[in-house]
Amino acid sequence: MGEFLLVTIQIDMHDQMALKLQDDLSSAIVKNATRGVLIDISTLEMVDSFIGRMVADISSMGKILGAETILVGMQPAVAITLVELGLSLPGVATALNVERGMVLLRQKIDADGANVTEL
Amino acid sequence: MSPNSKGEAPLRSDHDIVLARQQVRRLTQELKFSLVDQTKMVTAASELARNALIYGGGGTMEWEIVSVDGRRGLKLRFSDEGPGIPNLELAMTDGWTSGNGLGMGLTGTKRLVNEFDIDTKVGAGTRVTIARWI
Repeated sequence: MGEFLLVTIQIDMHDQMALKLQDDLSSAIVKNATRGVLIDISTLEMVDSFIGRMVADISSMGKILGAETILVGMQPAVAITLVELGLSLPGVATALNVERGMVLLRQKIDADGANVTEL
Repeated sequence: MSPNSKGEAPLRSDHDIVLARQQVRRLTQELKFSLVDQTKMVTAASELARNALIYGGGGTMEWEIVSVDGRRGLKLRFSDEGPGIPNLELAMTDGWTSGNGLGMGLTGTKRLVNEFDIDTKVGAGTRVTIARWI
């Protein structure tokens, strides 16, 4: 995927594993000069406040390191539950699936590039 | 499954939280909860299991298939012997967190279930009981 990183979460992660993923991902962003990160959670059957916070943190961390993050593939039941829980994931961009996420990522990065040129 | 089926699981590690989630998923599936209701109950269990571990220093999850007036449901009780919650009213305020969470903990969890009861005493621990009906 070149400048993009695709992270697919396929298992029910325990908390330490989620924190490790956060660490590994920030290292990978720096190492590969990643411009965009896609986190695919289409197989996750549950997102609680801990996983939600991890995703929000990855998104803010990525931004500081120069990468845009898009969360893709959230199951409808997970979305309904998250909203009821009160977790609206502010600052986290989302897309329906990996394909649309890629398009959105491309747009965001191109827009950033345009802003830099204007300056 | 008999209507009064019940059991208990320890909450001593991160891994136990995962096991508790999986147990609740299995139970809600056996009870034929809708997918959304399964997800709500599993998420509520995950939040409370983590609370028992992080704030209570570990504890247990008891589960019970209950039947009231012909209505079936799942009851879960999370118990710990931790420090208890000194200001329950504050802890039940939306957006409140003691520092580790997103402030969704107890109030958010309450919204995911049909019944929510909390019993806490400073120095003696906390017991949260939730239920969801089919």
